[in-house]
Amino acid sequence: MTEAQKVDLTKVMPYGDTLNDGVMQLSFTLPVPYGDEAKEAARQIVLKMGFEEASVVYAHDLGVEYTYFIVYAKTKQTVDFTSIEVPKVDVEVMEKEDIENFIKENIKRNIVVVGACTGTDAHTVGIDAIMNMKGYAGHYGLERYEGIEAYNLGSQVPNEELVAKAIELNADAILVSQVVTQKDVHIPNLTELVELLEAEGIRDKVVLVCGGPRITHELAKELGYDAGFGSGSYAEDVATFIVNEIVKRNLINK
Amino acid sequence: MGKLNLDVEKINKSRQSAKNIADEVQKFIDLHTTVATERTVVRLLGVDGVDEIGKPLPNVVVDNIKEGGGLQRGAAYWMGNAIANLQITPQEIAEKISKGELDITRLPAKDEGKIKEEIYKIAKESVEKIKNVRKTREHFLNTLGEGPKPYLYVIVATGNIYEDIIQAKAAAKQGADVIAVIRTTGQSLLDYVPYGATTEGFGGTYATQENFRLMRRALDEVGEEVGRYIRLTNYCSGLCMPEIAAMGAVERLDMMLNDALYGILFRDINMQRTLIDQYFSRVINGFAGIIINTGEDNYLTTDDAVEAAHTVLASQFINEQFALKAGLKEEQMGLGHAFEMDPSLEDGFLLELAQAEMAREIFPNAPLKYMPPTKFMTGNIFKGHVQNAMFNMVSIMTNQGIQLLGMLTEAIHTPHLHDRYLSIENAKYIFNNARHLSEEIEFKENGRIQQRASEVLDKACDLLTQIDKEGLFHTIEQGKFGGVKRMRDGGKGLDGVCKKDSGYFNPFIELMLGGDK
Repeated sequence: MTEAQKVDLTKVMPYGDTLNDGVMQLSFTLPVPYGDEAKEAARQIVLKMGFEEASVVYAHDLGVEYTYFIVYAKTKQTVDFTSIEVPKVDVEVMEKEDIENFIKENIKRNIVVVGACTGTDAHTVGIDAIMNMKGYAGHYGLERYEGIEAYNLGSQVPNEELVAKAIELNADAILVSQVVTQKDVHIPNLTELVELLEAEGIRDKVVLVCGGPRITHELAKELGYDAGFGSGSYAEDVATFIVNEIVKRNLINK
Repeated sequence: MGKLNLDVEKINKSRQSAKNIADEVQKFIDLHTTVATERTVVRLLGVDGVDEIGKPLPNVVVDNIKEGGGLQRGAAYWMGNAIANLQITPQEIAEKISKGELDITRLPAKDEGKIKEEIYKIAKESVEKIKNVRKTREHFLNTLGEGPKPYLYVIVATGNIYEDIIQAKAAAKQGADVIAVIRTTGQSLLDYVPYGATTEGFGGTYATQENFRLMRRALDEVGEEVGRYIRLTNYCSGLCMPEIAAMGAVERLDMMLNDALYGILFRDINMQRTLIDQYFSRVINGFAGIIINTGEDNYLTTDDAVEAAHTVLASQFINEQFALKAGLKEEQMGLGHAFEMDPSLEDGFLLELAQAEMAREIFPNAPLKYMPPTKFMTGNIFKGHVQNAMFNMVSIMTNQGIQLLGMLTEAIHTPHLHDRYLSIENAKYIFNNARHLSEEIEFKENGRIQQRASEVLDKACDLLTQIDKEGLFHTIEQGKFGGVKRMRDGGKGLDGVCKKDSGYFNPFIELMLGGDK
């Protein structure tokens, strides 16, 4: 592997078929009628983005005087990979059985997890994948965990109702799923929940987690959550975080 | 029978159980009405517009009736009585109520014969208007024509009706046959229909009569240009089910998502409320020549598509019977199902093929509504494009009727303009390239596909037998559909349900079901 040895991690660039060729593929639409001028416009916009050798390999008339493009181009930009830091949920993910044992040994009681798709969001795919018995892609959901009492309240649950339910059940953790993020509708909704929990005086008594395809851990922390989980997270990722957090924050006897 | 050698006895038995189930629920429906049903009567009598705080006048009228304790008699009675007393139009009555000048249940009771005479005169005109709308559609279909089946069905969802129009016109030019304007998230839970043209929605655009009108006009224009009638779809579901049906009938919508079970399971709408609402909405859709789309595909997003396949079939049987009761023809039943199996499953394509062919053979005249992969779309747009191609392949091999095109960017964002183009291109390529494949293939006797279909039919038949014994309400309470449990007295909208009294009448159900189409 002589090729791989040449990678300078302080100056990383995109890879097409040769190290440091900088090749990237782009596709986009411009609101201009199809034709040679449209292709030239596409080329120029890519050049203005700082790319070089922009090549419009495909253009298609979308009707209504709009045109779609596929463009290849080269960038000279580099990033220093060695200096990159990404905030992450910093726990070693356990398997289901290990989590169950962890609860038995360290918490010594059942923990209660309440989850919902809140606000106007009706897309329960995410919360169902984490909470429901069946889980997702072979990863069982929290309902199947021994030592976890999971309550999935479903879709379009008002924040007030979620908080009321969490108080009623004396929840250890609250999970919120937000799938619809068009025009950032999820941000005020997620913020409102934190405010409600603070107003009820229980924010510091629960582990508060949000998740969804556009949610990052960084965003979650910013909004006042304990953790955020994006695409590709499973029940064990969330459960590991919750049980560790309960122990860490001394929420066992509350 | 057919390519799958399905057991005809089992099909007949399933259908009979489904009929028994629907008969039982219909007995309940016939004894009750709802605020949405009565608002629909008010709308069909010609009341439109909003009061000074933006409350729709149909709500103003029905709230006034409800507050006066008159809901069980029905809005038609009270409106008829008001007309007999005051000799003014329904719209004027609504305006008087909204100004606080009239309390509709406090007027002197006129002779019942006179009341009905007044109401039927207006109701007949309104029904005639809808009949003419239907004729206009037929005229367009006869002169402009339509695309071959499966119809290419795409969604627009910008939140802004004017932006939707640009996207819809582009889609039609690229080859789409059906445009669905997805509703803003949460509209299904509003107990009123918003008013006027709207430009602010989340994940979709408000369904309003004005938005319907604007989009209809745009699609008629582009239809002329491309030489094909472009169908318009919206969502006749949620707490305003029959009102949306009435608006769609007048504004020439062509398809409506229309399924009470969907609302019960996935929007937590009270089952009594929405089954009563569904009946009137389907009567209207049936009369208006609208193709309904049912929501069985959704069960497979919350439940496993392989294990829960029989619940889809069972629900299709039940939906068929409810539709027949409301006067819908088989050609108007877009029974739903979906391509939602885990793509990593060995022979998953065979199972999908078995399911789609089975639905085709059991409901031979229904334009089946086939839904694309969503649950296992990952953000890998390139693989997603292949998953959609597999879905399109099953569709053309089994003659589906309505193909909701999968988007390669599913699970990422609402479709961009070019996402829609790429998916239309994908479908057109496959449908054209394999147009008559279904006529050339048969399935191996007792092979994997035949066995799978027979297994699913057996299980659906057993489930229907069980539901027939226990009743539909109880079955939903146990979580048999979509793995979601809903209680008979739970969910939203129950306070809008009431028992009819002996003087109740709804002229529209009678006029629309009474032949003369």
